[in-house]
Formats: sequence, C-alpha cells, structure tokens
Amino acid sequence: MAVKTNIKAKAHVYGNHIDTDRIIPGKYTKTLDLSTLANHVLEDLDPEFNKIVAQGDILVAGINFGCGSSREQAPLALKQAGISVVIARDFARIFFRNAINIGLPVLEISDHQIQKGAKLDVDLKNGIVKDLTANISYEATKLPDIMIAILNEGGLVNYLKKNGNYSL
Amino acid sequence: MGQTISEKIISNHVGKKVYAGELVISKVDGAMASDTTGPLTIKAFKEMGGEKVFDPKKCALIIDHAAPSPNERIANLHKMMRDFAKEQGMRLFEIGEGICHQVMVENEYVKPGDIFIGADSHTPTYGALNAFACGVGSTDLAATMMTGKIWLKVPQTIQINCSGKLKEGVTAKDLILFLVGKVTVSGATYQAIEFTGEAFEGMSLASRMTIANMSSEMGAKTGIVHPKGLKLDYDFKAVIPDEDANYVKTFDFDVSGLEPQVSAPESPDNVHNISKYEGTKIDYAFIGTCCNGRLEDLDIAAEILRGKKIHPNVRMVIAPASQSVLLDAIGNGTMSTLIEAGASLITSGCGPCVGTHQGVPADGEVVISAANRNFRGRMGNPNSNIYLGAPSTVAASALEGHITNPKKYLL
Repeated sequence: MAVKTNIKAKAHVYGNHIDTDRIIPGKYTKTLDLSTLANHVLEDLDPEFNKIVAQGDILVAGINFGCGSSREQAPLALKQAGISVVIARDFARIFFRNAINIGLPVLEISDHQIQKGAKLDVDLKNGIVKDLTANISYEATKLPDIMIAILNEGGLVNYLKKNGNYSL
Repeated sequence: MGQTISEKIISNHVGKKVYAGELVISKVDGAMASDTTGPLTIKAFKEMGGEKVFDPKKCALIIDHAAPSPNERIANLHKMMRDFAKEQGMRLFEIGEGICHQVMVENEYVKPGDIFIGADSHTPTYGALNAFACGVGSTDLAATMMTGKIWLKVPQTIQINCSGKLKEGVTAKDLILFLVGKVTVSGATYQAIEFTGEAFEGMSLASRMTIANMSSEMGAKTGIVHPKGLKLDYDFKAVIPDEDANYVKTFDFDVSGLEPQVSAPESPDNVHNISKYEGTKIDYAFIGTCCNGRLEDLDIAAEILRGKKIHPNVRMVIAPASQSVLLDAIGNGTMSTLIEAGASLITSGCGPCVGTHQGVPADGEVVISAANRNFRGRMGNPNSNIYLGAPSTVAASALEGHITNPKKYLL
C-alpha cells in the first residue's frame, strides 16, 4: 500500500531535540499492540497530545527530531496516533530510517518557521510544503532514491516482499 | 585519494573503493536484536517473506532490556524470541547472560574490520574493536537478517583528536562526557567519528567501549577508536586511516588537565566540570549499562567503597554488564565489597537504565548514574532528574549523599 502523496492538515509544532523517550517512553515499548503505543505517544512532552491529535494531522519539530534510542515504536506510535507526515529541521538518523521503513513520510526542511496550528498543504512526491496560514512555501531536502523506492511501497516490509532484496 | 577507517571498512565489504556520500548495499558480518527491538524484528521478518536468517552463526537475539520478565506481556515477547531463535538455529542469550553489546564483544560476534548491524542505538560500542557498527530499528534489522545486507550512505567522518594523558582519577567516561558536551547531541548526525590521539592509546578495551558507546549521544552513525594500542585475545589486522584521509571536521583537545565531568538533566550534552554540581543531594546511585557496567567500572567503585557504607539516604543499584563480568567481580572480591557497602545487585542486563523495571526513581528524586542517557523520563519517571557521571563519581556520591568529586578517594 503506497502512502498518500497529498496531505492537507493541521500542524502540531514542538521544539528541538525531541528524543525517543519523549515520543514513547521505554516502559511502553515492549508490546506488539500498536494502540498501546498511540495512547502514550508524546505524553511526557504534551499530556494533551493524545486528545487533540486527529487522523491525518502533521507533526512539526525543530532540529534532531527522534534522537536517542533505536526504538521503531517511536514512528509507529506517531503513525498509529494518526500522524500522516513528520516535518523537522532535521532528524536523528535511526528515527529517519525507521520512519521510512514503516511507511511514515518524513520531510527535512532546515529553515521552516511553521507555527502551532498552521494549516499545511504537503505534496510528498515533490517535497513541497505550503504553509497556508503564513502563506509561505518550502522545499524539503530530497530523499535518496532507495528511500523513495521504500516509501513508495509503503515501507521496507512491502519493498522486500516485492523485490526479495535491495537494489540501488 | 586517502580514506578514513569507515570508508576503508565499507570499501572492503563492497569490493570497490568508496567515499563519503556514496550509497552502497553492503554485506554485513553480524546482526543482533534485543527484547525491545527483537519482537518487532521477528514480526517484520515474517511479514517480508523471511524464512531463514542469512547465517544463524552471525545472528543473535539477546534478552537484556527487561530481564527477567517483569510481567506476562513481556514474558510472552521473550517466549516469541526463544521460539524464533530455536526455529532458526541461532543463539539466544538468556536473561542474565548480559547486555547485548557486552555479549556480542565477549563472544566474538564482532571483530576488527567488521560491519555489524544492531537493533539498538548503542551498537556503535563495537567501534572500540575497530569495527564499523551501526544502530538501526527493527524493520531494518529484519531486512539485514533476511538478506545479510544493509543499504548505507558512506558517512563523512569527524576526527576527534585528544592529546595528553588523562590525570589520575579521571576516566574514559569523564573524557567522553566532555566530548559529548563539546560536539553536542546532534553534532555528528549522519556522520562517523574517529577518536584518535594519545589519550585513547593506553585505554583498555572496556574504556574504549565506553568511548565508542557514547558516539550515539552525538548522533553519529558509528564511532571508531583508532586501533593504536588496542589489545585483544586474538590476532587481528587493524584498519587504520590513510594520512591524507578526508575529514569533514577535526576537533583537537588537550585533555591532560581534564577534571571529572557530570552531565546534568535532561540531555547528555549538558556537561560541566563536576565542581558545578558538587553538593547536589542524591537519592539513588546506579552503576551498570553498556556504557559502564564492566569489571574496571565495578572495581573502581569498590576501591572507593571498600570498608565503608553508602550514605543512609541513598540506595545503590549495581547491574554488571554480563555474567562474565559478574563472575570476575565475585572472583576478585569486588562484588562483596560493593554489597558490604550497601549496594543492591540486580540481574546482568540493562537494569533501570531503560525505565522498565528494577529501580524506577520516585517523583522529585535525583539519580546519579553511570549510564549514557538522562533524557526526561528515561528511567521510567518523568518527574525525576538524572545526572550522568563516571562509576567513580557515582560511588563517591553514594558514599557522601551528594554529587562528589571522586578524586580524594582515588589519589
């Protein structure tokens, strides 16, 4: 299942260096039940997040989003909670790979000034983000081709199911 | 054109000379997952059509993050791992055998010059062994276990050159905390680090593991200690950088005057000389983890606590990095010294570092820990504060009830 390529939704905006312990605390990670993850996503950062997030919403952050542990439960929790795409000034590398691998799109925009509550129009295919509230358009850093190929399949599981192996 | 250690190791695996920025699909020499990442790895492996892991002798599962199981949910996940390991004919390291990174090194799953992929962010620890080791998440690891390969962008390398010898009573942990403070938690994102210079040359393998371990606290893909001075139980061919290798950045520090360092809440790069925090009251002291749970770490704590009792307002938890470390610490008397001083011994493994069990702090409590992370909520309670320091600092602080420079107990 390919990911949706055009997203129009509200932005939830947080700061820099949001680590994976804050995205999903370690005590909740040992489960295969994704709804448990969604119930606790970002709770130590914003206890209200779980109540205000709506299906399709966009998460926006500053630099080094997803630093810390390798837990794939972090992007899984965000995806399960309804987040359709994460935009950050930049990402920690394991989070970045994990998000693509589970089919959660991530866009790196180093100079964005997106504010809380902004309405965004995201063109994933071309990496263009329009901030409809502030009337500013941004272009995201291009993903390596292999990541685009993985994302186009909806994640690494489907990519490998289809191709059997990696190819560049 | 000259190559860095990472460029050389990757080149050796892909059969041609590659340089920073190139995308490659490389074969790997080993892969492992823990009980945090393993269950999702197994699920993804099956979903992607995996039948057999690429080489059962090169793959391992380790139950260390919540070991023994604290509840029925985790017990069932552990069972899933045991069943999968049996079905694949691969080794599963049981509860108490130790922390994934420690047992991978002790059991020679990783050797100099290898590429090793681990589903744990502290996988760069094997950079101590002159290996290119990289942390990934569960689905990436499942793909590696199935194909024996990983896709990588060959990283740029940051060189960190530390001249001078550390003073008596100042340890590898103090040095790496200092470096994390300088480079910052995002200062090496997507990049490799090479640690080089006199300060590293005399270090034991254990100390080198402490150094490489915290590469991930700078965002690095891998962190490799220059093999000069590395001593192993077996013969090996070291990979050294070319003299004209290209570094994206070079840091030079003279560390001969370095004092013990402390990282304050709530980011590992919030690092200062210990003097800034001396006197901060603590409730709880912890020594263990993939960063500092090895024999030399327990030994230095025992040296400080020998014949003494920890402060009555402090509790102390010790989690040896592996069963082998535990047996050595029993054999040389360190373990009885620590327990006689009032410490509590828990199962070898990650212990309270990941906030799942075995010592969650209470609201408002202050922890001094020999671990590598102090993010809010890391140890299971967002209303507690974690300071990071060397095992020597943890032991001295446990003795006095507040953050204490261990120097006076060591000189």
